[in-house]
Amino acid sequence: MSAPDTQSEPLIKVEQLFKIFGSKPQNVISLVKEGKSKEEVLAETGHTVGLSNINLEVQRGEIFVIMGLSGCGKSTLLRHFNRIIEPTDGKILVDGIDVMELNPQQLRDFRRQKMAMVFQHFGLLPHYSVIDNVAFGLKTKGVKKAERLEKAKQWLADVGLAGYEDQYPAQLSGGQQQRVGLARALCTDAEILLMDEAFSALDPLIRSEMQDQLIQLQEKLKKTIIFITHDLDESLRLGDRIAILRDGELVQVGTPQKILLEPANDYIEAFVRDVNRARALTVENVMKPPVRRLTAETIGEAYKQMKASTSDYAYLENDEGFQGSILQATLKKALEQAPCEHAPITEDFLQQECCSPGALLEEVIPNTLDNEYPLPVVNEKGELKGELSRQQLAEVLVQS
Amino acid sequence: MSWLTEVPQLSREALLSIRQTLDSAYRDFSREYGEVIESFFDPLLSFLIWFEKLLIAAPWWLVIAVIVAITHLAARSWKLSLGVAISLFLIGFFGMWENTMSTLSIITVCTLLSIALGVPIGILMARSNRVQSIVTPILDVMQTMPAFVYLIPVVMLLGIGKIPGVIAVVIYAIPPVIRLTNLGIRLVDKEVLEAATSYGVSAWQKLVNVQLPLALPNIMAGVNQTIMMALSMVVIASMIGVAGLGQPVLRSITNQYFTLGLLNGLAIVALAIIFDRVSQAFASRSQRHMRGR
Repeated sequence: MSAPDTQSEPLIKVEQLFKIFGSKPQNVISLVKEGKSKEEVLAETGHTVGLSNINLEVQRGEIFVIMGLSGCGKSTLLRHFNRIIEPTDGKILVDGIDVMELNPQQLRDFRRQKMAMVFQHFGLLPHYSVIDNVAFGLKTKGVKKAERLEKAKQWLADVGLAGYEDQYPAQLSGGQQQRVGLARALCTDAEILLMDEAFSALDPLIRSEMQDQLIQLQEKLKKTIIFITHDLDESLRLGDRIAILRDGELVQVGTPQKILLEPANDYIEAFVRDVNRARALTVENVMKPPVRRLTAETIGEAYKQMKASTSDYAYLENDEGFQGSILQATLKKALEQAPCEHAPITEDFLQQECCSPGALLEEVIPNTLDNEYPLPVVNEKGELKGELSRQQLAEVLVQS
Repeated sequence: MSWLTEVPQLSREALLSIRQTLDSAYRDFSREYGEVIESFFDPLLSFLIWFEKLLIAAPWWLVIAVIVAITHLAARSWKLSLGVAISLFLIGFFGMWENTMSTLSIITVCTLLSIALGVPIGILMARSNRVQSIVTPILDVMQTMPAFVYLIPVVMLLGIGKIPGVIAVVIYAIPPVIRLTNLGIRLVDKEVLEAATSYGVSAWQKLVNVQLPLALPNIMAGVNQTIMMALSMVVIASMIGVAGLGQPVLRSITNQYFTLGLLNGLAIVALAIIFDRVSQAFASRSQRHMRGR
């Protein structure tokens, strides 16, 4: 996953967005703005508050997940970005364009150029062959047939469906149909992808396959993706940032780690309680800075340093970075057997077990448990970044 | 207190004068504009006559060959094609060829006219609830009003002949195609429509590329019903001078010729079955891919 570029101007900006369903929403909006609750508004006026005072920013190139339970307004919110649903009040800016100011023709052009959408139940055209479905966005734009079919073929291959060009959607499995949906969205070259519960209708195995594929594609394409889901595991896996919506209100926006480790209120805490943290958090999120560093050259020196710091283990570093972990017991044994204080520390004394900062906790659990001392965390440049102890791991995993 | 025991009623004179006023107003209208309206229908009439003459003048085997070819193109079924060939041959064999060709021509024209008028009306209905609420009761009247009743003003206006026949048949037969076009478009999957919208389709692109193709099974069911209803009007149309299988049937009613009536009736049934099977087979073949393998 790419880190969002937070320096630049946000690509999408939503300000004070309200959506009220009912016959006369304009009359009700003042009540909502006064702060009356959804239930009060419904009881007094018979109008349903769909979205209330939504403010958010989506950065270029990030996967922004909007999560919530069904009925929380997440799909409604998504449909405001391309104005399939008209807001009752508020402002939506996409790449500096005020979406609300567009006339019908401009709005069509905007939808053709800027955004592409993927649907929960795929939304494919059943009477079009797979390749025509993929080329649909380009056809709408008026791209010539030969050109759009060539491009569609390419994208179909990219999502792993080469050879399925002439099939019809009804002949494909759910997962394959959604790949077609994804290819159709990507084929338009739109900068923004709107994905509405795109993987929710798929069975778990296919879903995680599709998630992997999306992550892979995203590494290459760097699109701005707004992804709707009701599945917290999915949002933690995909999201660079997550917005949690409840009853039409934004409860918390933040990185997956922030939401897991610093839930904004009881609702989110309850929400994240059942999450498989081992699969959602990385070593980086829970490791502690490495205090027991050692830069000795000889066994005697190392032993002395360790005795001074009263620790029974240490991480040896030199100019080339992390070398390995040393146990005091090993050194002591060696010194007792032979006087070798001035001997250099060879590989025999070092233990190479370590983990990378980006690894999921799940992956490092066995190693952490096997080791008596905390596991060193080493990045790909060979630098020691931290340490991960059994206690830390246990604390994070059982925290509730 | 007579209104308690008897239905309050307009007086005889009042009723009479209402009828006379309306009748004479309509008569004046038809005298004034009858010819203009008739000349408006002239192109249709000349097409009808040309088509009927073409079917009758063409050699019988060529007509059968063309119909069988159309059947085969639409249905791709040898069994059906063979059945069509045999039943057409039998119709000719029993001396009903010319009448059958006349009926075939008028039914074809009526069906095409019903589709040409009905589908756009159905589309308009689907686009607007207001149009739907106006058109639906009109369709109800068209379907329940006895055909003879609307034959009267048509005959008054245009006289006896093919055109009033066509108008009567179309009025009777058009409601199914309108209703089912409307229904079909309204039943199109909302998510597919939303998908199309999200890719920025124009209203025309949406109609042509999404709504009509997806409504096609329903529209075809409507067309099928329209054809059947048009055929069932053949006898009534013959009462106002439309040539075809209806006339011998009418003659056999008045003269009690049972066999003549039965044979011509069977010929109508044969035509109906041919139209029905061909249009159904075409519809289901064109929709095959929607259901998977």
